[in-house]
Amino acid sequence: MSKMPKWADIVLIPLINLMLAFALSALVILAIGEDPVEALILMVKGSFGSTYGWGYTLYYTTNFVFTGLAVAVAFHAALFNIGGEGQAQLGGLGVALICLYLPWPHWSLALLGAMLGAAAFGAAWAAIPAWLQAKRGSHVVITTIMFNFIAAALLNYVLVNLLRPPRAQDPSSAKFPEVTHLPTLHDILSPLGISFSKSAPANITLFLAIAACFGVWLLIWRTRFGYQLRAFGKSEPAAIYAGISPTRIIMITMLISGGLAGLMAVNNVMGEAEKLVLNATEGAGFIGIAVALMGRSHPFGVALAALLFGFLYQGGAELALWTDIPREMIVVIQALVILFTGALDNMLRMPLERVFLALRSEGK
Amino acid sequence: MTAPAIELNGISKAFGPVQANKDISIRVMPGTIHGIIGENGAGKSTLMSILCGFYKADAGEIFINGTLTPIPDSQAAIRAGIGMVFQHFKLVQNFSVLENIILGVEEGALLRPSLAKARKELQHLADEYELRVDPDALIQDLSVGHQQRVEILKALYRKAQILILDEPTGVLTPAEADQLFRILERLRAEGKTIILITHKLREIMHITDTVSVMRRGQMTDTVKTKDTNPQQLAEMMVGRKVLLRVDKAPAQPGANVLEVDNLRVTDDDGVDRLKGISLNVRAGEILGIAGVAGNGQSHLMQVLGGITPGTGTVLLNGQELDLTGKSSDGRSRRKRGIAHVPEDRQHEGLIMDFSAWENTVFGYDDDPAYQANALLMDNGAIRAETAAKMERFDVRPPDPQLAAKNFSGGNQQKIVLAREIERNPDLLLVGQPTRGVDIGAIEFIHKRLVELRDAGKAILLVSVELEEILSLSDRIAVMFDGQIMGERLPGETDEKELGLLMAGVREEAA
Repeated sequence: MSKMPKWADIVLIPLINLMLAFALSALVILAIGEDPVEALILMVKGSFGSTYGWGYTLYYTTNFVFTGLAVAVAFHAALFNIGGEGQAQLGGLGVALICLYLPWPHWSLALLGAMLGAAAFGAAWAAIPAWLQAKRGSHVVITTIMFNFIAAALLNYVLVNLLRPPRAQDPSSAKFPEVTHLPTLHDILSPLGISFSKSAPANITLFLAIAACFGVWLLIWRTRFGYQLRAFGKSEPAAIYAGISPTRIIMITMLISGGLAGLMAVNNVMGEAEKLVLNATEGAGFIGIAVALMGRSHPFGVALAALLFGFLYQGGAELALWTDIPREMIVVIQALVILFTGALDNMLRMPLERVFLALRSEGK
Repeated sequence: MTAPAIELNGISKAFGPVQANKDISIRVMPGTIHGIIGENGAGKSTLMSILCGFYKADAGEIFINGTLTPIPDSQAAIRAGIGMVFQHFKLVQNFSVLENIILGVEEGALLRPSLAKARKELQHLADEYELRVDPDALIQDLSVGHQQRVEILKALYRKAQILILDEPTGVLTPAEADQLFRILERLRAEGKTIILITHKLREIMHITDTVSVMRRGQMTDTVKTKDTNPQQLAEMMVGRKVLLRVDKAPAQPGANVLEVDNLRVTDDDGVDRLKGISLNVRAGEILGIAGVAGNGQSHLMQVLGGITPGTGTVLLNGQELDLTGKSSDGRSRRKRGIAHVPEDRQHEGLIMDFSAWENTVFGYDDDPAYQANALLMDNGAIRAETAAKMERFDVRPPDPQLAAKNFSGGNQQKIVLAREIERNPDLLLVGQPTRGVDIGAIEFIHKRLVELRDAGKAILLVSVELEEILSLSDRIAVMFDGQIMGERLPGETDEKELGLLMAGVREEAA
């Protein structure tokens, strides 16, 4: 019998953890002489107070959904893919090549092509650590971290030496052709009579992210491969007993994971920047780890956690813009949220379990 | 009259709605061995955890040597002279024996004086109780039996007068168990009080002075061991009449189902685990493999089950099996009609975090009957089938959604058996079918295996319980050091002869 009701485990504990993180953040803001209440209001207003704010919040959320799902899928197979950052950067390269060098008649076809390119490049980047893990036993945590650095160096080289248009000063690709530009939420919503900020970057990829959540849920809990993946993740000897090949599970899982991380590039490279720039991912691959942890590796939880981090990103940018609170403070708040929801998760769990046990025996 | 070493008075403990211990009272006299038996989940371990200070009783009193002694934590238990030897040892594998012994009772900031003192004390204990262990050996290099001695020495070093042993023989070979019993007798002779928790009736009869029976959190009865017998104890444990011997008709063996010739296995470390095994199992018969754990039985099961590669020839119904592992695995073996109940139920046979319904298709999940369409599994159909299987195999509680870890050992094993037997295999490999399984479930499992045999299937049984081998098998092969030492018919042999073969003594030499 479980010690706590399910809702307490899924809703109550993350919520209390979040409150603790925010309370501590408030103390830090107080300590530097600013007003935490005002800061919170500013953050909420900045991220949810206008369609412009929403547009940015949802744009970040989309990024984090993809990288969060990437980590979550691998978690179910007991693989810790820390390489989302590098895989997403490679995904960006895939998107850029597809958009720049193929003549697309319409954005929808370009979107399909870019999705394939992003997923294929991301998956390929994950395939090497996966193969090393499956065949050589090199731990995927170590190799994926190293591959993040290799990816950054590779992108640097490609942008500076290969993709940079002649005589351009900054290390970025040429602007993608007009036809590959994705419809933004403004473009999608205005025919329906809903006005949405024209300058916000949220675009059609948001719906792709929602579809990905549903797809991952189906994959993990409804397909035979998902069943085998979870079995392998829970017990490798049992999987071998059943005749499930560890090599196959590791390879396919990491390909899916890398593919999901790569898909993020459709949002930030194709949807927002419309060209490939240096460090386009801005750490979203790492945020994905926190998102997956907080979301308990469940696609629905990942979506909610991604929204929270989207809010923190956008609210944090607003905060830096309008107050004297330095940009670094946002990183502190984000770090506290990660610390409390991820690392310190068990700190609250035990006392809460005791509270629930006490309540239950009294209720008898 | 002397005061009892331990007296428990009205001990109760509840975990939420579950009453683990209810109004339990016992008295254990000093210098005796007291057995506590009961099925899994009867509350034995909870009671001992209360005595060791891990749990606090909701009600009741503990008297040690006649004085009321509250035991709020494990430090208090040590002060009261209570030492516990757990089923799963709590030793640091890469520490030496000495280092393990002083762990937690080091004196001062420097290790050297403590180690020197421990070395002297250890010598003393070794002389007094014949508990000999090399003080400088690393734990990882010691056999399981010696590791257990270190646990006992740890307790004695902490001046324990009362020793509690939780299922101490579960991990021991018969010879090691005998050595343990000699040590316990020696300790008793020196005036120590010993509480032995077990579900093995033979051990209770063999070594205890008094025995208490627990059932569903309550103490059913406490009796003098010499005034009782295994049959009576089993009835008290289960609460109904139990068949200790398996009731079966003579086998009607048919054609060879499994033929193994010169099977060899070398493990990853280059050690030869199987050194040319040859045996056969016919339809409608149970071949029992007797042997001390670790003599190659596990490797035999794993090669036949497609888990590890080997060399030699294995024929199933006259058709050769691939032993290289290149074109075979657990799944392909199942397709050929070999079902496998693995020895390690918790790590291989089941996924403890998976629900019962997910576990009942494990290894058979590629069956088209479980697919809703090309992409998705038909979870509803699997759940319905699982509910029916649980009904047929009397799995309690019959809830397909419950995680495997929440079932008792016996019910977990029934889930594995239901999965493997209901596939109607030609050959069933069964490893340790009743390890950690309570008596009521043992009876059921044995009955099912005999039924499968009577349906004309071949069964290869591996068990370290000689009693089980003797009562289930139609033929017995004894394994020692990766070889078959000989084959016997159960009616024409006894434990003594098998025991000699298990120890590697051939009849010509004996």
